[in-house]
Amino acid sequence: MRKKYSFLSLIKNAFTNNENWEKMWESPDPKKGYDVIIVGGGGHGLGTAYYLAKEHGIKNIAVIEKGWLGGGNTGRNTTIIRSNYLWNESAHLYDHSVKLWENLSEELNFNMMFSQRGVMNLAHNEHDIKEMKRRISANRLNGLDTQWLDTKQIEELVPIMNTKNLRYPVLGAAFQPRGGVARHDAVAWGYALRSNEMGVDIIQNCEVKDIKTDNYKVEGVNTSKGFIKANKVAVVASGHTSVLAQTAGVRLPLQSRPLQALVSEPIKPVINTVVMSNAVHAYVSQSDKGELVIGAGTDGYNSFTQRGGYDVIEETVRAIVELYPIFGKMKMLRQWGGIVDICPDASPIISKCEVKGLYFNCGWGTGGFKATPGSANVFAHTVANDQPHKINEAFNLERFSDGRLIDEHGAAAVAH
Amino acid sequence: MILINCPYCGEREQSEFSNGGEAHVARPKNPEALSDKDWGQYVFYRSNPKGIFYERWVHTHGCRKWFNAVRDTSTDTFLKIYRLDDNRPDISEFKSTLKSPSGEPSVGSGNFAVKK
Repeated sequence: MRKKYSFLSLIKNAFTNNENWEKMWESPDPKKGYDVIIVGGGGHGLGTAYYLAKEHGIKNIAVIEKGWLGGGNTGRNTTIIRSNYLWNESAHLYDHSVKLWENLSEELNFNMMFSQRGVMNLAHNEHDIKEMKRRISANRLNGLDTQWLDTKQIEELVPIMNTKNLRYPVLGAAFQPRGGVARHDAVAWGYALRSNEMGVDIIQNCEVKDIKTDNYKVEGVNTSKGFIKANKVAVVASGHTSVLAQTAGVRLPLQSRPLQALVSEPIKPVINTVVMSNAVHAYVSQSDKGELVIGAGTDGYNSFTQRGGYDVIEETVRAIVELYPIFGKMKMLRQWGGIVDICPDASPIISKCEVKGLYFNCGWGTGGFKATPGSANVFAHTVANDQPHKINEAFNLERFSDGRLIDEHGAAAVAH
Repeated sequence: MILINCPYCGEREQSEFSNGGEAHVARPKNPEALSDKDWGQYVFYRSNPKGIFYERWVHTHGCRKWFNAVRDTSTDTFLKIYRLDDNRPDISEFKSTLKSPSGEPSVGSGNFAVKK
């Protein structure tokens, strides 16, 4: 039965102290085998299960998650959504995602709190201006809504910003009004709920220890709950993808690094758009609760520790305080790190590999959240048909030998 | 905050150093004979283990000298720091504490690997 959420169900449950909400999804024991096993219960993995069941008629699926749903990078990012990437391949992929975001709340009947408040990328020097204007032109050729703002227009949109009296003055910005933020948990939960309704098994607290293959064909996965057979295994494990790939004898061009974010104490609304700056490395938006959500950078070395170095936060906060003097005395409430898997060209890998029946969706690096629905959608197509969707054709593994890289270091915001 | 024991200057804060990625990656001797796939392996592929990792560091804001280190990437503990002209220490010298690929307890997730 499709669970419906509405204003009425909110009121009804409020009367019983919110103690009688139905469980959103089942927690079954794993079956002996599945058609498809998805390793990783974040937004990308659960979304893949959803689209496999909905669009490709494959319902004998298990999503296996080491911890809890959306507890990895899905729950650790700064929730920024945009599609203003330079190259055609990326623009198509990320905009496919933005278009799915736009209808996701209705499609899943689950509030994504998707707020298209616009995303602004600041230019601080002549090079930034040229690079951004080039990117805006490329975006417009791809039908994206990016536009150039001069300093006066920026000041109108973000009056609290100090544009002139700082070391790197704000000279302009690329602005994508359709960009914005969404609720990170909701996307994982929404996909989990609806895919579970279609018969997908969601297995939490179960670690995949290795991927079993025989003569370049996948056989299943060894987990902490025993061996589970599978015709196809789709790995969407972000930072740990290369660790799992290695158990199947596959080498991926990924490096795992901690990426940090932090939130402040809640304040009244002061900033109603998302502002990012690559050059001084500061990006900030305000959540519906009123907290400033601040994204810091990656550490300069490989690590799986999910914390990150203090100097990285310091650098970001320094830039934020100079850009917004009004935030100077604010206190930060929480800080955390997630392990991101970074690709040499700052673009993801959504691809099959030399092992038959083994698929990877990885390498999203510092910006995978925005792509959740689009990535899941094309990955499901890749897994179901054993060949890529037109949109993710270019995001293959072969590009690291034939040289057709999709270099998005300029658009990827956080320095890779 | 991590302290790194520079073999030339002694213990300094990590922010003084820059990481140079995986150590002991030799440039192939015969690039013209390599296939695109093998050349791609040399250019783009580096190991990315959770656990024991051989890597290069340079003391950028210090002596500016390069050196090698062995570090456990699941805890960020430096197991050994050695000079470029020292031999690569054997992996059997080091003990990985990881019991599973994720290196975390059987229930839950998070930062358990670094809690002592």
